[in-house]
Amino acid sequence: MLPNELNDLYKEVILDHYKNPRNSSEIIEPLHKARGYNPFCGDEVNLQLNVDNNQVIQEVGFQGHGCAISQATASLMTESIKGKSIQEALAIREEFRKMMQGEQSNLELLQDLEILEGVRNFPVRIKCSLLSWSTLEDSLS
Amino acid sequence: MMDINSIKKDFPILKKQINNTPLVYLDNAASTQKPNQVIQSIVESYELYNSNVHRGVHTTSMEATERYELAREKVAKFINAKSNDEIVYVRNTTEALNLVAYAWGLNNIDSTENIVVTELEHHSNLVPWQFVSQKTNCELRIIPTTPEGTLDLSSIDKLITESTKIVSIVHVSNLTGTINPIDEIIKKAKSVGAKVCIDAAQSVPHMPVDVQQIDCDFLAFSGHKMLAPPGIGILYGKTEILEKLEPFLRGGEMVKEVTYSSATWNDIPTKFEAGTPNFIDPIGLGVAIDYLSNIGMENVRQHEKDLIKYALDRLTEIPGLEIIGPTNPEMRGGVATFSMNDIHPHDIGTILDQRGIAIRTGHHCGMPYHKKLGLSATSRASFYLYNDYNDIDKLVDGMNDVINYFK
Repeated sequence: MLPNELNDLYKEVILDHYKNPRNSSEIIEPLHKARGYNPFCGDEVNLQLNVDNNQVIQEVGFQGHGCAISQATASLMTESIKGKSIQEALAIREEFRKMMQGEQSNLELLQDLEILEGVRNFPVRIKCSLLSWSTLEDSLS
Repeated sequence: MMDINSIKKDFPILKKQINNTPLVYLDNAASTQKPNQVIQSIVESYELYNSNVHRGVHTTSMEATERYELAREKVAKFINAKSNDEIVYVRNTTEALNLVAYAWGLNNIDSTENIVVTELEHHSNLVPWQFVSQKTNCELRIIPTTPEGTLDLSSIDKLITESTKIVSIVHVSNLTGTINPIDEIIKKAKSVGAKVCIDAAQSVPHMPVDVQQIDCDFLAFSGHKMLAPPGIGILYGKTEILEKLEPFLRGGEMVKEVTYSSATWNDIPTKFEAGTPNFIDPIGLGVAIDYLSNIGMENVRQHEKDLIKYALDRLTEIPGLEIIGPTNPEMRGGVATFSMNDIHPHDIGTILDQRGIAIRTGHHCGMPYHKKLGLSATSRASFYLYNDYNDIDKLVDGMNDVINYFK
């Protein structure tokens, strides 16, 4: 028997995103791209984005390797920001950060990402979940 | 025979509960737990003998100095150094190896010469030599490994040559547990006139090591990996080499005579102990050495050999688990490193932690070797004298849990 906290961390949806990552095809010659790397654990996320003239994210792709949390978050992130403006995507990032730090966060913006809330009970794993978001920020800066 | 149950009772932290299960501490290659005897010696040092060493004429300072130097004598005896003066107190293995790299390496190697290390080095015995190589423009040669994680000595004659100035190698690998054939490598190094430096961080705590018998010039290890506090490490150096060596850090205590324009150096080992040293933690190291000596290092090694044999047997039962490093317990310290198909070590570490099992996950300060293996990280369970078969059974049960989660 595993403690409940662990069940909150390794939810079925999270493990599904880990095993079957969404938006995993690489975009060739994207407008924006970045590589996120965490030397502590070797987690890696490569992210590509294409935005249209209205700064709306039309295409997003990621490839990476690492723990279930880092890769599932990246997969969930790509789903949540696709079709959103850059500004909206960065707003979601901010809400995600708040959720991880246990602050009040806007669940309407986070939508499916709420499923990652259990990560915050594992302080050393929060950085795994934040890697793809900092990569997103890097790709846009 | 070692009575593990009675040994366990000496370690208060082993009574700790994590998620309502007792702590199973299997991260000993990273750092070890402390017995009551060591903890009490530290408390006693603060309560009764806390004073700067080598300075005061008052009673407490003299007592502190006596205890500080008695601990040095215990270290010297433990590794069979010829003299107490060959024992330099430093913070840890990393500092000891940096001392050798800065004080010996930068002053004794030129661009036509080379340094030899191995693929199994911890970053602490690789990065300082990369620095010396860059500063002096000398070559850094690397002894390769076999697929089994042992050193491939087939090209040793091409690597250790007349132009080799120092061979600095790890005795027991923290990555693979491999016990390296240092006798053979040292013999080769001596035949070309090279100096030898041994990273003994994972050997001195776990097996008998005799510096005169292996005939190394330098040897480095850390107290915290052998039951002692984390603020004390040891650099052993042969007297004749330490005497000729330039200081590493300069300042108080390490000098004999100082004018406004110059200074002369104190005798060894004080020449290498600038400033107020950590005068508490060596006391703990001395007591840790007493503890280990009472049990006997041969017994410690035999116990860990039994444990690693059992661990390798049981871990290989787990489907998809791959052991990193040699599978022969004779060639392996108590370090069980493994990888699991699609399951990342950090996920393994988190799930095991929920059952109170502490292992190390990551690259264990061996990034280049992990890159060679094509892995970004591995999981590592490492043992010490207070571990038993039951701890390994718990690890295996935990691994089956991990698999259930990810199936």
